Amino acid sequence: MSYIQVIQAGKDFGEGDARVTAVKQIDLSIEQGSFISIMGESGSGKSTLLAMLGGLLSPTRGQIVIEGIDLYSLTRTKLADFRREFMGFIFQSFQLVPYLNVLENVQLPLAVTHHSEEDQVRLALSALDKVGLKEKAHRLPNQISGGEQERVAIARAVVNEPPILFADEPTGNLDSRNSSEVMKLLTKLNSDGQTIVMVTHSRKNAEYAERIVEVADGRLIEPTPLRAAC
Amino acid sequence: MKLRTIAFNNLRRRKAKVFFLITGLMIGVSAVVALMTTTRILAEDIAHKMDEFGANIIITPKSEGLSLTYGGLSLGGFSFDVKEIHQEELAKIKTIENAANIRIVSPKVFGVFESSNQKALAVGVDFNSELALKKWWKINGKSPESDSQVLLGHDVAAKLNLTKDSEVQIKDHTFQVSGILDPTGSQDDSLVFIRLPLAQKLFGKEGQVGMVEIAALCKNCPITELVAQLSRALPTAKVTAVQQVVEGRMDTLHNFQNFSLGVSALILFVGGMVVFVTMMSSVTERTREIGIFSAIGFRSAHIMKIILLEAVIVSLCAGIFGYATGIGVTWGLLSFLSEHRPHMSLDPYVAVGSVFLAIILGLIASFYPARAAAAMDPNEALRTL
Ligand SMILES: Nc1ncnc2c1ncn2[C@@H]1O[C@H](COP(=O)(O)OP(=O)(O)O)[C@@H](O)[C@H]1O
Ligand SMILES: [Mg+2]
Repeated sequence: MSYIQVIQAGKDFGEGDARVTAVKQIDLSIEQGSFISIMGESGSGKSTLLAMLGGLLSPTRGQIVIEGIDLYSLTRTKLADFRREFMGFIFQSFQLVPYLNVLENVQLPLAVTHHSEEDQVRLALSALDKVGLKEKAHRLPNQISGGEQERVAIARAVVNEPPILFADEPTGNLDSRNSSEVMKLLTKLNSDGQTIVMVTHSRKNAEYAERIVEVADGRLIEPTPLRAAC
Repeated sequence: MKLRTIAFNNLRRRKAKVFFLITGLMIGVSAVVALMTTTRILAEDIAHKMDEFGANIIITPKSEGLSLTYGGLSLGGFSFDVKEIHQEELAKIKTIENAANIRIVSPKVFGVFESSNQKALAVGVDFNSELALKKWWKINGKSPESDSQVLLGHDVAAKLNLTKDSEVQIKDHTFQVSGILDPTGSQDDSLVFIRLPLAQKLFGKEGQVGMVEIAALCKNCPITELVAQLSRALPTAKVTAVQQVVEGRMDTLHNFQNFSLGVSALILFVGGMVVFVTMMSSVTERTREIGIFSAIGFRSAHIMKIILLEAVIVSLCAGIFGYATGIGVTWGLLSFLSEHRPHMSLDPYVAVGSVFLAIILGLIASFYPARAAAAMDPNEALRTL
């Protein structure tokens, strides 16, 4: 069985006439240590699929199974615990807590664990080091650039070393120089063994991954192998 | 980092909102503190001055034919010999439910004697109680310090032609006049005051009293209730309330107390609503942030804890400032409500209570907003990113 399994998952929003089917039916398996891009036009259902994968949105149909656990059979609390231990998230923008400095933002996932303050700071600083922002640890989010904010978000997503990293349009708000920097960072993390599931509408970014699947109108289009799976 | 770091940092960044929250709660708390402290101090003040109002309860022997009125005393019809109260019964006064409200008990015994061919009324009193009861007395001389001294009312001294230090014969006992009262305009002007035990002996009324004057102050119950309790304790005696002045004043105070309770409740409610609305809007404002907390793996309980922690911090400040402000307002109020500024005393229970009140109120008002935050759908919250 694959590490992550999407089994006939679908999602409808709204009721009656206002009913929108965001994801029709998707089957997908993702292996541990892989870097997969989910590509598609805007509105094709990528974010909806990623939210279901990340335990943030329960599917109307089907199942999401990670490490053999059916995510949506868990209680809300257990699901939160699962997210904390198994998943890191990166979003497009504005994802830092504005009143916490860079270091505190990175520490955030550790705040509800049993790590001591010292451990928290040590782990956060080492995560910041990975994204090259150790020196800006005490800045507030509005005192650093958009590209730097995105890298802080990556540091926060990996600070507690979760097995899976989910990214939804991580470069959506960045210029091309910052984009490629973020993409290189993700590739680097993947080469260190990090499983990454990334959603993007940009083919250029998608191609950083070792595998691309395409979503159109709530369905998967035949997977296009890019690089030979090594 | 702990959850409280998040709460503290958020509050530090939203100074305007925090100021608004603290002010809203603080006004409520200070109103309660001010009204409670003011009424308490006024009540205490009245209690202090109670003595100056004289007796407000009189205990006399129960009797069909005897009409005994203390003002405009009619002496002729006295027949004490049969209808006296036993002195040991007076101990029961201290056993009534509201015994703590009884401030002064002044038993007396009356007896008629003849001096220079004039009939006069002698009264045996316990001078300590009597002087405490009649603060308005001005004695020309001193109050009796031994059994052989008497204190004379102004009129009786004139009638018997007695002055300070002169001697007077009552029954078979010779007394020295230790002092003469300035005119009081009351029955006291025509009385000869001697010590109670001696009077009892002289008039053959050992162990008996003819009347008891009581100064009582009932903060938490009407005077009639005290009268009822005393009547039950002393079934053979007639207990009457007099001097409605104090009671009226206490009634006013009671009304003020009720009124202020109502006002406080209203102000507190408004303060609570301010907190509720502000917290609710802050939760809405923080939707994104809450989405991030969720995605990161904070449980609903963690999110709720952050918001309630913020409420506690804000309420704690509001409680402390509110108490201080309330005491300050009390100062101002007292100079309005009382012609002299009463002694200002602080009640530690009110201090602790007001902080608790603020925290409880803050928590109650923030509970629903915190629940709403905790129940937020993480996907919806993140879609606003
Ligand atoms: N919470 C929601 N409520 C209603 N409709 C939604 C919701 N989320 C997504 N949709 C709809 O589902 C479709 C897919 O959305 P989304 O997954 O965000 O697409 P993508 O990320 O590929 O742009 C869109 O038509 C969108 O309007
Ligand atoms: Mg999207």
